[in-house]
Amino acid sequence: MSMVLDVFVGNTTIMDMDIYQLWLDGLTVREAVKARMDQGALLECEANAEVLMSDTMDQFRTFQLCERLLHSPTKLANQLLFQIPSQHQRMLIEKYYEFDSVFAREVLGKKLSKGTKKDLDDISSKTGITLKSCRRQFDNFKRVFKVVEDLKGPLVENIQHHFLLTDTQARDYAAIVFFANSRFETGKRKLQYLSFQDFAYCASQLIQYWTTGAVGELHLYSMVEDMDVDLEKEFLHELKDLKVLVNDKNMLDQHKVLVCAALRGKIKVYRLMEANFKNLSRALINLASKLTHTKDVRDLFIDLVEKVIEPCRCDRWTLGEVTLFLTQYTNAAHGLGTFSRQVVWDRYMGVIRSCILRMYHE
Amino acid sequence: MPGKLKAKIVAGRHLPVMDRASDLTDAFVEVKFGNTTFKTDVFPKSLNPQWNSEWFKFEVDDEDLQDEPLQITVLDHDTYSANDAIGKVYIDIDPLLCSEAATRICGWFPIYDTIHGIRGEINVLVKVDLFNDLNSFRQSSCGVKFFCTTSIPRCYRAALVHGFVEELVVNEDPEYQWIDRIRTPRASNEARQRLISLMSGELQRKIGLKVLEMGGNAVVGYLQCFDLEGESGLVVRAIGTACTLDKLTPGTAPNTNTHSNTAPASNVFRPVPGLGSCRATWAMFKQPVLDISFPLIGVLNNQFRHFLFLSVLSGMGSGGSAGKEAGPLKTLLRQHTQSALEQREFPFFTLTCFPPGFLVHVGGVVSARSVKLLDRIHNPDEPETRDAWWEEIRQEIKSHAKALGCHAVVGYSESTSICEEVCILSASGTAAMLNPRFMREGCLDAGGSDHRFEDASPPSCGFCHIPYDEFNMPFPAQLTYCYRCRRQKVPDVLFTTIDLPAEAAVTGKGCLIQARLCRTKKKAQGEVNATAISNLLPFMEYELHTQLMNKLKLRSMNALFGLRIQISVGENMLLGLASATGVYLSALPAPGGIQVAGKTPSDLNYDQHIATMQKRINDTITKNKELYNIHPPESTEELVGSPIPDRQRSRLFRSTSESSDELLELDLSHGKKDAFVLEIDDTDAVEDIQSLLTDAPMPAGFYSCNTEVMPGIYNWTSGLQMFTSVRVYRLSNANLTNQGLNKIFTELCENLLKSLYFKLRSMIPCCLFWNVPRSLSFVSPPPCLHPVLRPPHRSVSSAERCSPLPEGRSRSLRSTRSMPCGAPVAVVKMTPLSFLPGTRIVKYLGIINMFFIRETTSLREEGGVSGFLHCFIAEVFAMVRAHVAALGGNAVVSYSMKECVFMENPNKNQAQCLINVSGDAVIFVRESEQEATPPLMSSGQISSTGADGTT
Repeated sequence: MSMVLDVFVGNTTIMDMDIYQLWLDGLTVREAVKARMDQGALLECEANAEVLMSDTMDQFRTFQLCERLLHSPTKLANQLLFQIPSQHQRMLIEKYYEFDSVFAREVLGKKLSKGTKKDLDDISSKTGITLKSCRRQFDNFKRVFKVVEDLKGPLVENIQHHFLLTDTQARDYAAIVFFANSRFETGKRKLQYLSFQDFAYCASQLIQYWTTGAVGELHLYSMVEDMDVDLEKEFLHELKDLKVLVNDKNMLDQHKVLVCAALRGKIKVYRLMEANFKNLSRALINLASKLTHTKDVRDLFIDLVEKVIEPCRCDRWTLGEVTLFLTQYTNAAHGLGTFSRQVVWDRYMGVIRSCILRMYHE
Repeated sequence: MPGKLKAKIVAGRHLPVMDRASDLTDAFVEVKFGNTTFKTDVFPKSLNPQWNSEWFKFEVDDEDLQDEPLQITVLDHDTYSANDAIGKVYIDIDPLLCSEAATRICGWFPIYDTIHGIRGEINVLVKVDLFNDLNSFRQSSCGVKFFCTTSIPRCYRAALVHGFVEELVVNEDPEYQWIDRIRTPRASNEARQRLISLMSGELQRKIGLKVLEMGGNAVVGYLQCFDLEGESGLVVRAIGTACTLDKLTPGTAPNTNTHSNTAPASNVFRPVPGLGSCRATWAMFKQPVLDISFPLIGVLNNQFRHFLFLSVLSGMGSGGSAGKEAGPLKTLLRQHTQSALEQREFPFFTLTCFPPGFLVHVGGVVSARSVKLLDRIHNPDEPETRDAWWEEIRQEIKSHAKALGCHAVVGYSESTSICEEVCILSASGTAAMLNPRFMREGCLDAGGSDHRFEDASPPSCGFCHIPYDEFNMPFPAQLTYCYRCRRQKVPDVLFTTIDLPAEAAVTGKGCLIQARLCRTKKKAQGEVNATAISNLLPFMEYELHTQLMNKLKLRSMNALFGLRIQISVGENMLLGLASATGVYLSALPAPGGIQVAGKTPSDLNYDQHIATMQKRINDTITKNKELYNIHPPESTEELVGSPIPDRQRSRLFRSTSESSDELLELDLSHGKKDAFVLEIDDTDAVEDIQSLLTDAPMPAGFYSCNTEVMPGIYNWTSGLQMFTSVRVYRLSNANLTNQGLNKIFTELCENLLKSLYFKLRSMIPCCLFWNVPRSLSFVSPPPCLHPVLRPPHRSVSSAERCSPLPEGRSRSLRSTRSMPCGAPVAVVKMTPLSFLPGTRIVKYLGIINMFFIRETTSLREEGGVSGFLHCFIAEVFAMVRAHVAALGGNAVVSYSMKECVFMENPNKNQAQCLINVSGDAVIFVRESEQEATPPLMSSGQISSTGADGTT
């Protein structure tokens, strides 16, 4: 005696969000049944394993049928196949587009291509996330990337508009798209200590201040393609002009004097700072001047870590000290009478400062 | 040229990609009605085309308007090869032909393809201009309203109930025509869908003509069925009750809602003793005296073995003196009714719920079955053979009813079960005596319905009184005096196919009672097979009745309502399933217990065994009394005319010893002597008792019934969830005994229930309304049997708590989040009930009657049989909802999935499924809104008001 067919369909689609989570986690029906048993599902309503199995299968089938719609969430609201209450729709979408930051960290900056997809089993075994779940998350990234790639207008809003995600989710996806587009290096061993959230923060800074869309006027008038995805070319060129800060000996000394004057007695590592000032400044300015090369843009984070963060950490700077130093370092440049690139300087240092502070784990 | 049909194709969305190269589609639309076809322009390279076509106008006869569906085909234009069809939409325009129904059809319809399922949506606008028809020889019946609901629809008043209408049309099944060998499955499926759509249109038109002839304007309780007879053809048949309905103005509506089940009106159901709590009459059915007669009537040339089984038995007997005074009245009534009904060939009514005073007495369940051998339908225009078959059965039913002293049959329904060339035709109903005033011509002006029936209404408990002659009973039965009025006789058990009348006085809560049965039979062909089935049927029916009776007694109840017995035939077995809602009617005597008796009392062990069993049974009865809250009085004093509220009643109870002489006389018929004796004379009986006790109790918080109202529970919320559940099992061992099969079958049913309880646990407390029109069928591939266990739609309504279905869509997460493609889809509710708790139906928009075929050649890829069927059922729901929404409605009531035929061939990776659904499209408003909102609402206005109905 065997059951060949077992179907349960409601006029209003019945969905159990706990089972949805199990499905999203990439469990098989059998594993999900086990997980539910462990959670004590058998205690409810005199259920037995068979009942649980049938229920889980029904739910999994429902989710599979819905999955196609979740690929373009805007369709979910006006499709006719499933009658789903709106708050359930919202939950379905949000959970479907949720991702594990551990996973996101792994693919961050990688090309969202078939090649990367083939490597997902490595990521799966490394992170302990099921391959099925990895694939879903990867496909989500790729889908969002494909859709917003050719769209005009602000990135976060585009993502929100087309995928009906929450604000936070949309920002995270924006970071992923941004990293995938510029292919920033994040995989080096020295960068391993950084979490997805660290990078997401940096990405939001870069999007906000360094991209084409960051310039106010543009934002208002024209919808330039990729305005939030690509760094503004002109700005990157202008960064070359900052070189004067290290090339002009006078200026470098004066800068140092101003910073030292402001920090004396305020930081414990003052002596080390004083000794290292020229190196640090040179590192920061060189970084800026090289950003016209795509290769150097990709290495932005590794350069920050190697040239700025690691030296400071070696000397046991505290986060507070780094903060103070970078603030004074930025401000002091305004006091240099001969330095004329104030606007570019602020735009550059604002983002660099935020990124360093976020990436500086004591 | 009495009608002009206008259609406009507005837009499409979510179309499938038809051109792989561009990932786009060049879509255009063909609009076809009858033989006329129009085309839209091609909208190139888009998945969301905007055609905005002109109005396509069809000038047609109204006869065609009734028969034909509007056929919309969406195609992909291809310059070099033939255009590819994307899918079709069939729109039944019948609702537009009646002035009181919908005025236009407008909305998004799923584009359906029988191979690929739903492929995008299309926005269509349809209108009809009807010209006045002055032709008296007309063939059309526009304007006759159809209702699936088996009660008088909520916003109408029945001025006149004319009676039974029936019709059937036959045709060759396109699937079995020679051309099917050369055409594609898609073409064949579409031919079939179209044919059935045409046939049901024609059927409806013909029935409408009959109604007009009778002088009516509506058909209530319209029941349409398909018989897929395979080689021998396709039969579409329908029955219904012709009525003259008056539309009520919104203000007066609540008066006639005899059981509007809303929270404020819930006291309607609470019997108030002495205030006419029982106005109708039932016939009684008494099990112990069941007399089986199964005349094997050879009809004509012996080609058909005809078998009819009289399952109605009536409890009756004992000539009490007190019955006499009612005698003359009864005779008088009978004469009245007779005159009104006897002109009719079949005084049948498909209604299960009646206007107050309509039903006077009920005689019991009458049913007839007949086994037929199918042969090819030679001439589709003369479906005489099928007509004759049904005619025979109806005659039989009529004579059964006569035998019970009744002139009419109410709650009447017909069904078939087909396996290869054998067909079982079944009909059943409840014999009844009706108030003749409803049927008499010219009573329309009798001065309003309110006092029209007053004089004819028997005293409060009259509905329980026997309608037949006490001295001339065909069956010996025990009668007692009515427990409420003490003046007339009532039987001790009552079985009916109708709903519990609103006025009925009930003690405690009701519950669903099911009897299940399997019988093996030898595999055989033709006449031998038919004979074998004929011989088995009476025993099955008898056993089902025994089971029902035992289960009823075990629950301490004394009446069954909504009884449906389905017998399905397979190649080597027969399945029987009887479902009904058991209640304790206050007017009937308390049921006696069940006594187990052994045949060989000498054996000590055996005695002990019996004693244990007896104890278990007694314990179960006690437990059930608690569970269903049944605490009936030992005996009651006459309560007639004294308006004593429920809670005071207990004080009036007297013990038997105190009762008068008259009551003493009654003692014979209740108490211990009435105990139902189960004799254990063989292992079968032991098994039976075992199975009796194995019915698992429902988890706390669940209730179930198969009638419109759940006896004993009145505070419903509007949280309603309709679902369909289908299960198919494959029996691995075909050599099982009857007992073994029964056990398996019972287990399957119980497992299904358990599964449902678990799935619905979040809705507790809730009530399952069962609607099992054809719960059992066999799927063909031999040699295994696949009993398809299909308790199709049960609607779950959660009681005593707020609905878990909030519907507001305004709370979008952020203001920037917009829904780009227009307004969200309006919510359409579906329910097998004829009403929605906590709401009021303000308009009926027309009947929904749809037939779909779905086929796949990639079964595995679509998730196997379950995935395939799951998707198909969801698609059917979606198409029903879309049609209702396009008519401007927000709900389907009296929804039922009439047919669900599933065939698979896993080796070929193929499966096919046919589904037929029906119901009434309506507009409802929530009770709390009804004052504020004018009756005409658009579908978009349904918004959740949250907490109504939580009294």
